[in-house]
Amino acid sequence: MNAHYELPLEDAGYSFGFLDEYAKKEVRRCILKAIAIPGYQTPYASREMPMGRGFGTGGLQLTLSLIGADDTLKVIDQGSDDSVNAVNLRQFVQLTCPGVAVTEKTQEATLIQSRHRIPEKMLTEQQILVLQVPYPDALVVVEPSEARRKVMHGEADYSRLLVKLYEDVVRFDEITISHRYPTRLNGHYVIDPSPIPRWDVPRLHQSPALVLLGAGREKKIYAVPPYTVAEPLVFDDIAFRVEDFRDANGQRIACRCCGSTVSFLDELIDDAGNVTHQCSDSSYCEEEQETISARKQA
Amino acid sequence: MSNKILSVRGLSRIHGEQCPLCISSTGPEHDTNICPHCGSVVAAHDVNFDLYRGEILGIIGESGSGKSSTVKMLYFDEEPTAGSATFYDGGVQHDMFALNAAQQRSMRNKRFGMVYQNPHLGLNFQISAGGNIAERLLMSDLRHYEEIRTRAGDLLARTEVSRARMDKNPKTFSGGMQQRVQIAKALATQPPLLFLDEVTTGLDLSVQAAILDLILEIQHELGTAMIVVTHDLGVIRLLAGRTLVMKHGRVIGSGLTDQILEDPQHAYTQRLVASAL
Repeated sequence: MNAHYELPLEDAGYSFGFLDEYAKKEVRRCILKAIAIPGYQTPYASREMPMGRGFGTGGLQLTLSLIGADDTLKVIDQGSDDSVNAVNLRQFVQLTCPGVAVTEKTQEATLIQSRHRIPEKMLTEQQILVLQVPYPDALVVVEPSEARRKVMHGEADYSRLLVKLYEDVVRFDEITISHRYPTRLNGHYVIDPSPIPRWDVPRLHQSPALVLLGAGREKKIYAVPPYTVAEPLVFDDIAFRVEDFRDANGQRIACRCCGSTVSFLDELIDDAGNVTHQCSDSSYCEEEQETISARKQA
Repeated sequence: MSNKILSVRGLSRIHGEQCPLCISSTGPEHDTNICPHCGSVVAAHDVNFDLYRGEILGIIGESGSGKSSTVKMLYFDEEPTAGSATFYDGGVQHDMFALNAAQQRSMRNKRFGMVYQNPHLGLNFQISAGGNIAERLLMSDLRHYEEIRTRAGDLLARTEVSRARMDKNPKTFSGGMQQRVQIAKALATQPPLLFLDEVTTGLDLSVQAAILDLILEIQHELGTAMIVVTHDLGVIRLLAGRTLVMKHGRVIGSGLTDQILEDPQHAYTQRLVASAL
């Protein structure tokens, strides 16, 4: 978006947060329903937004319905505050919600909209995490008909999803789902936790912060309320595994910038073909670097 | 305690809008199951029978006589228009058609087994043979991978499918083997009641014999009650102790299989037996 773009004068009568009050009210009602039934995909009337469906319109509508003038917003895309999607969404909110503060620091934000990552830093009860979701239904890989999927969800019939895991273990000796790992809430509904890596799935479990998931194109809202049981779907004798960041010698790879050995890493390959690793969460990485330099000075 | 496992009373299935004359103007004596007044199809009407533990009941009749419809209703594949069925399980009586959808699904997955004529109906051809059996075990809340593997392997071995082919897709199997995988799948939860719908139709004679042997062995070993639907008198003679004869949606004869075959009472049954011998 052009930084100097202003809304045309005759359209400047937009209400706070771009959406009209009735639209925001409807989204809020659906959010309440989604929180009341953890994991249930609540249908809502996803509005046309001034950006293509699939660019985070679901998450954006949640954010715009929740945000108030005293909120501090953080927007990230795959862990980064500076990628195109994050910058565009942040500028849009700044344009349409006067008075809202923005930040890149996880702990300062009251509302975090994210694409495909949960921040490294533990969230608190005072924060809400909004995730952008492309495909809300975990059952879509085994059942094409939405009507039948709804019945399967209602009856908590996830055996066919487990058969897919079984077939994976038979063929590859491990479960091959890298992201969108099916996760069961409160022992009933199985959700698609948006394309977060496996690394982030255990952090949905008993999360102090409210996690809301919005799919704009598929017109669904669902939620992981604070302190909810969230278990990845697995077999009793095959434990859930997160990404393994060890090198050939079994040594945990460190971030090339901050040296952290406890964060989720992105693999980078430079022009010469060298492989390096760097924290995926840029805000976390910068803070680590600051702590290190402060320690050096002291 | 009675050994009864299933009791069916007045089971009916009518397709289409019904009129008061549907029942009185269809059936064997009218030589049709299509109502001449409203065009509804009376697939089955007033089917009554009891089934006891470990017993094999045969249902025989020509195409469109309502024998498959009867079994499909009992397996919840189709909804009956009227009638009731009571399933006796571990001292508990279940009024089958009064259960809600989730209870019906659970009964179907855990307490019943079904083997279809066409393996495409009973098996998922996108996944391995072992996966097909695993699906039923997972439905009955078994979540232990190694145990699922062992039990699926045992079941396949029991139905004479080699363990080496367990992880192969059933698409690559012969017709007889696919049928054996279906039987293994149906038996996975050790159900007390098994439905067999034309299981040997379309298989060559030696394979038919092997499958029938297998079914008899299972009955002796596990004491599973079965309802066998077929149009093949040989299958009935070999398997079933008691038999129902159906025509145009009605039961026109029932009794011990030997009685039905050696001393047929109804004209249709006489013709059926005569044509087969």
